[in-house]
Amino acid sequence: MALLAIEDFSVSYGKAEAVRSVSVEVEKGRIATVIGPNGAGKTSLLNAAIGLLPASGRVIYDGEDISRLDVEQRVEMGFCLVPERRELFGEMSVEDNLRLGAYSHRRAHAQNKRSLDEIYDRFPRLMERRRQAAGTLSGGERQMLALGRALMARPKLLMLDEPSLGLAPLITREILATLPSLCENGVSILLVEQNARAALETADFGYVMETGDIVRSGPADALIHDPMLITTYLGGHG
Amino acid sequence: MTADIAAILAVDGIATGAIYVLIALGFVLIFAVTRVIFVPFGDIAAFTALTVAALELKQVPGTVGLVAALAVLATLVEVVSLLRARSPGRIPKALVFYLVLPLAAAGAVWLTAGHALPMALRIVLSLVLILPVAPLLDRIVYRPIADASVLLLLTVSMALHFALVGLGLLFFGPEGVRTETLTDATFEFGSVFVPGQTVMIVGAALLFSALLYLFFEFTLTGKALHATAINRTGARLMGIRPERAGTIAYLLGSLLAGVSGILIAPVNTIFYDSGFLIGLKAFVGAIIGGLVSFPVTALGSVLVGLLESFASFQSSAYKEVIVFSILIPVLLWRSYTTVHSEEDTEE
Ligand SMILES: Nc1ncnc2c1ncn2[C@@H]1O[C@H](COP(=O)(O)OP(=O)(O)OP(=O)(O)O)[C@@H](O)[C@H]1O
Ligand SMILES: [Mg+2]
Repeated sequence: MALLAIEDFSVSYGKAEAVRSVSVEVEKGRIATVIGPNGAGKTSLLNAAIGLLPASGRVIYDGEDISRLDVEQRVEMGFCLVPERRELFGEMSVEDNLRLGAYSHRRAHAQNKRSLDEIYDRFPRLMERRRQAAGTLSGGERQMLALGRALMARPKLLMLDEPSLGLAPLITREILATLPSLCENGVSILLVEQNARAALETADFGYVMETGDIVRSGPADALIHDPMLITTYLGGHG
Repeated sequence: MTADIAAILAVDGIATGAIYVLIALGFVLIFAVTRVIFVPFGDIAAFTALTVAALELKQVPGTVGLVAALAVLATLVEVVSLLRARSPGRIPKALVFYLVLPLAAAGAVWLTAGHALPMALRIVLSLVLILPVAPLLDRIVYRPIADASVLLLLTVSMALHFALVGLGLLFFGPEGVRTETLTDATFEFGSVFVPGQTVMIVGAALLFSALLYLFFEFTLTGKALHATAINRTGARLMGIRPERAGTIAYLLGSLLAGVSGILIAPVNTIFYDSGFLIGLKAFVGAIIGGLVSFPVTALGSVLVGLLESFASFQSSAYKEVIVFSILIPVLLWRSYTTVHSEEDTEE
């Protein structure tokens, strides 16, 4: 059974429908990715799935219908989102941002300390900058902080909205390369990416979204060789 | 004016300013977390003073009825909104929070009011009783319009203040009160005699400012409040409930306002409507701090106190005029020096 099943999901802004009856699944311990052009509705899908936007349809998480729960309850269940705009606490230090990431486990002091050390091991840059205000970090450091802050919550299911936003291709690969190691630690991932090739290379399963609809889906290594995708999203050649 | 008189006025001004500091810090705290300019903090201070006075006279204070009425109303609002959201599972917790706890506070005061109580106990009971007022008002009035503009929230705050003054008259009556002095000791600094009451006021302002600093600097709850103020969406995604952060902010602010009410009541006669002027002067202090900076707010409030003290020596009829006149240059200065930031800054 899938860890996350978004079923028949629709999101509208007033009259404009940004997501139309979309269904997406994430298997336990796997990475699923949603790719698609600007304005396809990917961000709307993730924001609604975590409960920041109202939506019709159902969100089944770990066998339970969580559509009625509020954002905070979903987060407490280990369902987390790194949003497109990151929403860091700019005036606070890197370390405070990370500490607040574990707010939903605020009583587990020893474990939070261990998580913090793990994050610093994974991103030594954050360790160097731990007293610096989050708002003064470079773009790449911010992405690391956003990801690290989400990992402090020890998520079971992590949704990432364009972790490569505004980053050089090399750093993009570096960030995406950390994802499979998260899966080994029991995290399942729903990844939204502009960089279709890098996303499909990282993921197990892929969905292609266009103007609110899923137009294609399948195992990532099949999609990466799909002739239609190669011409539109993957830049022609392999 | 001789140096001696100046020193006396300065001591007096610092004490008055210290009262404003306590209330002004509450303004900044609430505004940061909820974007509400909680005008009724002055009323909270005045109601605390009236509560202590009633307990001194072995009467049941009007606050008991006020808290009970607000608790029932807030519970209704909360239960209806939970039913609407189809989460009846959260009703028991809501009942404890909005009904049982406030009624327990009201009940405790109601049962003990007829007895002669030691001063410390009277003060603690009054504070316990005043604490639920602002969070209950938050639930009833502000939460349904949490996403409204700052201006609308301010307008609602003004309306709420006038409603509270009306309720104050209803529950406390028109008489002014002055409570027993907290201490009769006097201290001598050089040639200036300083009443113990003044020392206590300044000490309390320092103590609570320090506690507030420690709370924000060293506790995760304090940081969660700060985070909510900086980025609501980010906070929610960490599992921090903005409503809960708001409640904590209201409780802390009420504690500060309550303490200031207790400290001012032995030196000033307090009526049901005295809160407005106190609150407004504290508000000038908060504006000097731009409603964001705690240290500048504290300095600003002391400045207001000093100005008031010297102004009342020069011409007591015009002291309010002089105090509020400084608001104009301060506002001009602030509007020229602060960079206007959008409510949600893009990365
Ligand atoms: N707050 C809003 N109000 C009205 N329309 C919106 C709002 N947010 C998004 N939209 C519209 O919904 C559609 C989907 O937007 P969304 O941000 O979900 O796309 P996306 O796939 O994430 O795009 P990108 O790859 O550029 O991030 C777009 O047409 C967008 O203009
Ligand atoms: Mg997007």
